[in-house]
Order: sequence, then structure tokens, then C-alpha cells
Amino acid sequence: MTAKGTLVLGWGNPGRLDDGIGPAFAASLKTMHLPGVEVDSDYQLQIEDASEIAAFERVVFVDADRGGAEPFWLHRIYPSPKAASGSSFTTHSVSPGAVLTMTHELFDAEPEAWLLGIRGYEFSDFGEELSDRARENLQQALEFVSSALLDGSLQEVEPPVDPPADSPGL
Amino acid sequence: MSTPNTRRVVIEPLTRVEGHGKVTLLLDENNRVEQARLHIVEFRGFERFIQGRPFWELPVLVQRLCGICPVSHHLCAAKAVDGIVGAEKLTPTGEKMRRLMHYGQMYQSHALHFFYLASPDLLFGFDAPVEKRNVIGVIAEYPELAVQGVMMRKFGQEIIKATAGKKVHGTGAIPGGINKNLSIEERDALLADMDKMLEWSRTAVKIAKDYTLENLDEVAGFGSFDSNHLSIVGQDGAMDLYDGNLRAIDSAGEPIIDQVDPQDYLDVIAEEVRPWTYMKFPFLKSVGPEEGWYRVGPLARINTCDFIDTPEADAARQDFLSLTDGKPSNVTMAYHWARMIEALHSAEKIQQLLHDEDLQGDDLVADSGERRDEYVAILEAPRGTLVHHYKVDENDQVTMANLIVSTTCNNEAMNRTVQKIASDAISGVPEITEGLLNNIEVGIRAYDPCLSCATHALGQMPLEVTLVDRQGRMLDRLARPE
Repeated sequence: MTAKGTLVLGWGNPGRLDDGIGPAFAASLKTMHLPGVEVDSDYQLQIEDASEIAAFERVVFVDADRGGAEPFWLHRIYPSPKAASGSSFTTHSVSPGAVLTMTHELFDAEPEAWLLGIRGYEFSDFGEELSDRARENLQQALEFVSSALLDGSLQEVEPPVDPPADSPGL
Repeated sequence: MSTPNTRRVVIEPLTRVEGHGKVTLLLDENNRVEQARLHIVEFRGFERFIQGRPFWELPVLVQRLCGICPVSHHLCAAKAVDGIVGAEKLTPTGEKMRRLMHYGQMYQSHALHFFYLASPDLLFGFDAPVEKRNVIGVIAEYPELAVQGVMMRKFGQEIIKATAGKKVHGTGAIPGGINKNLSIEERDALLADMDKMLEWSRTAVKIAKDYTLENLDEVAGFGSFDSNHLSIVGQDGAMDLYDGNLRAIDSAGEPIIDQVDPQDYLDVIAEEVRPWTYMKFPFLKSVGPEEGWYRVGPLARINTCDFIDTPEADAARQDFLSLTDGKPSNVTMAYHWARMIEALHSAEKIQQLLHDEDLQGDDLVADSGERRDEYVAILEAPRGTLVHHYKVDENDQVTMANLIVSTTCNNEAMNRTVQKIASDAISGVPEITEGLLNNIEVGIRAYDPCLSCATHALGQMPLEVTLVDRQGRMLDRLARPE
């Protein structure tokens, strides 16, 4: 199977304020109709995404970040068996590293993968609006990433000094 | 409340940003487990969020509650709104499209739980090293099984997309019906995978059954205890995951309530409040709070129904119950076997529906009837019985909402499971071992709890276990390696 171009996959709950940054980013990017770029979104990353991203040459995961660099950061990520091997109580979510591991192990594919973390601030209540600061961060991330996707020149942006301990798979 | 002679052992899995769950073990002066408390950060403030909103927005609004089972909330709210507009009798196309969506949800949820979370415990055993007892271990040793799990989940998600319109905040179910039918193209795409899905579902039932039978000595008492069981059933006593009346039985199968209309749920169910948690403890009023708590979900549903109206799943149900001479099973770990029987049932139902021409019908919405200002809807979500109760005013605005989710129904049972497991493991030495932590996880997983479906931002932390004395001093800490 010939791999398709780039998949941008945003996730989060649009009903939980800034947790909806990922889907909001995906929705905005979709309206740009960038050539070679497909866009999808979901409530959370899950195991079937391993099958979906296997069909692409490149994938950009997009999620809200509670405590990282402002306004956003972007860095390369790789399959992480350690992230996929963690023990959990529930089936609520799977990390990007774990999804990439399943893509590699189960579907023999290893797309170039990036994780975009857009800084959010409000997560603790119900609401369908992003905070003003989160919306500004999203706009900056959107301008940078859409331009980079057009140029085919994604590059790391302010990667955390240490891999974020709170982001499994990194 | 802890007494002066109890000590606390805290097991705190900070796996999501809202804190998720935390286990506190209260020890007596002899370091024996006196009580287990599973703290769950339940959704709060949701009633406030939806008060004042137009009731017809409810099927979409309630999906904000949960990222793992939004379809269950979507459909339960839609059923409630049907009642408010007096259109609870749907058209064949409306009813069958909603049922297809529901079975797709059930199928993907059960597949996800079984293959991603439960199968490592079952395939490698509770005591296998945690480095191996995970999905990567399954991929390494059972790669075909791992692919099946992924593709089963994906199949269910495709059904949801075809019926609800999209994966996030679907809009398929609307007051009195549905907003689209299933096109021939969508139907054929799903049918192309149907035989595989049935075959893999049969395989999953066999894995769960074989595991249970081969390890019966170990699993029979593991976190197990007699309990009541509750679900909705059809008027003929059949398992019906989408619609029906309430039935509860005791641990021996004797009826407690039967064919109770959802509108009367408050006549038979009450919720107890305890000071140490926001989460309530539902119980059957006729039995009382001490003995009236009950279990819900796959195990309860297999126990309460008289039969399953699809042949392969019903044969599997009879096989399941033959282990207890036709009486209810009270084995906590049997939830997994029951869950896979339901996955097979869902696959059979999906196959039936995909061959039903009503799905291509154009009569999508029933005529409205007498407007009501209050309505209760109940359905069986993957994890158990789900209640949505709403009141609306003359301006069509929501004035009251009461939601009882399945994890709340299983609250007491999960606490008892943790207590049983911890009591068996801690015998005088106030120490949290890796083995105890593993076993508590295995016990809680059996229920597939929904722990505060909430935000999903980057912010995950490893599982952490802390031992605290009664003065609040930390004595020990055990954390999952990052």
C-alpha cells in the first residue's frame, strides 16, 4: 500500500474548555484544505488510531498541554514500548508513543511522527469555549504548523528541556 | 470515617489530570484491612452546566460528560427527550438506526477493554511481571489477537460514525428519531467485515471462557462475594441493551424487583451519601442500604435476563450459567467472560440490522405527541445501567437533571472487591507490595469503571502507592516506573 501524505490528529473533549484545543486545531486546519494533509479528531487517542496512522507517511498529534512552554511546542516522537506497557485502571486513553508502537508492531509501519502541545489553562469545568490565552496560542500554532506543512519543513519548536514526565510515550 | 484505632494505606493512581481514582485502605490496630475506599472523581457541576439549556440540545450536550462512552449518554438523553416531546414510539428506521449505533458502541467498548486492558491479565496471569503483563506483551506473543482487538474496536467506531454522523459530538439521535439513515454504501462497507467480526467475537468468548475454567480455583474467590444484580430487560425477559424495564435479583437469583417502568425508578432505587466521597451509593429501597446495593454491567445482565435473543450469544450464556447450575454467577472475574458474550451478542445484532432494509428507510422521525415536563430514560451502557432523568419548564429549558452512571451503581461492589483483595493480601504487615497493587488493579479492571471521564490533556502521571499512618505521615511509597 502506498502511504498517503500527512495526517493531523487532534484530540480532547470540546466540552471541557481548553481540553478542546486539539479538536479546535483540527477543525481550523481542516478549513485550510492543505494539499496532502488529512485531518481527523477524536475525544481521545485510542488503539484503532494505530491502524489509521499506518496509512500515512507522517502524522502530527495535537493535544492540549497543561504545563509546557507557551504558546506551543512541537517535537519529534518515536514508538515507545515503555509507554505502551504501562499499567492502567481504565481504557480512557492511549499515549502517542503507545499508538506509534502498535502501528509499528502490528501494522509494520513507522510514519514520521510529531507531537504538538498547545498550552491551555482552563480544564476544570464544563464549557465549550477556549480561554482567550489558549485561543491565542492555538492561532500561533496554527500559523506555524500550516506554513510548515505547506513547506514540508516541520522542525522542533521549544522542546522541553526534559521529556515531559507527564506525557507518556515521550 | 476512620476511628482512632485505624491507619490509612493510600493507593493513589494519578493517571489523569483530575486525579482519577485513589484507593485508601483503613487498617485497624492489628494492621488488618477494616475498610477499603475507592475514591473516584465523579463529574460534578454538570447539572449546573445544562440547567437553562433547551432540552433538545441534551443529546449533544451530554456527550461532553464522557470521552469513552459519549454514545451511551447521547442515546440515553435522546430517549429522555423522546419522552418529553411525546415521541417515545420511534419509526422503524429511527429505532433500528439508534440500536445499530448502540450495538456499535457496545462492541467497540468491550473489544477495547478486553484486548487492551484485560487480556494481559488473562493471558499471562495476575502474577506475571508488569513488564510483560501489558498490551506489548500481548503483541509479542499473540500478535494476531492484538490486531483483532484493534480492528474490532475500529469496526465499532465505524458503525458509530455511520450512524451518529461523526466520532466527536455526534448528532445522529434527535428528538423523536434520527437524522440520517444508513446508505447502501455504508451498509456494504460494514458487511464486508461482518464475518470476521463474528469469528473474532467467538474467539474472544472462548479465550475468556477457557481462562475462567482453567483458573477457576484462583478466580472464583478473587475479589468475589455474593451480591444483588440489576439491569433492564425486555418485557419478555430478554437481554435488551437499548430499552426495557428494571429487574433486580439477589445473589441466588430470587427476584427483588421486576418490570419496573423507568419512570418509577425512584420508587425502587435510592442513593446513599457517605462523607468521604462525592460519589453516591445506590441501593434497592425494598432491601435497604446495608444489603440493597447491587452490581450492574455484563455480569449482572447475563444473570438477570431470561435469555438472549441471538442464538450464539444465548448458547454462550447457557454455557456460562452451567458453571453455577443455572444460578447467577457472583464471580467478579467472570465479568470478562460475560463481557465477551455481550460482544458476540452485539456482533449478531449488528449483522441482523445490516440486513434489515428499514435502515435505508426515509421515515426518520416519529410524530410528536403530548408534551411532558419530566421524563426518565434508562439504557444499558457498556459498563452497566445508565439513568437520565430530566425536568423541563414551559420555556423548554432544563430545570433539573439527575444522572446515575454505571460506575456509580458499581461503587459499593468495587469497594468490596478492593477490600476483599487487600484483606487477602495484608495480614498484619502494613505494606503495599507490587503484588497487592497488581491485584487491586486486576479487581477494579473487571468492572471496567469509567473514572471521571473528563479532560485528556497531556499530564499523565505514573501510578503511585503511598502508605500513611493515622497521623498522616507517609510510611512507604510505591510508584510505577516512568
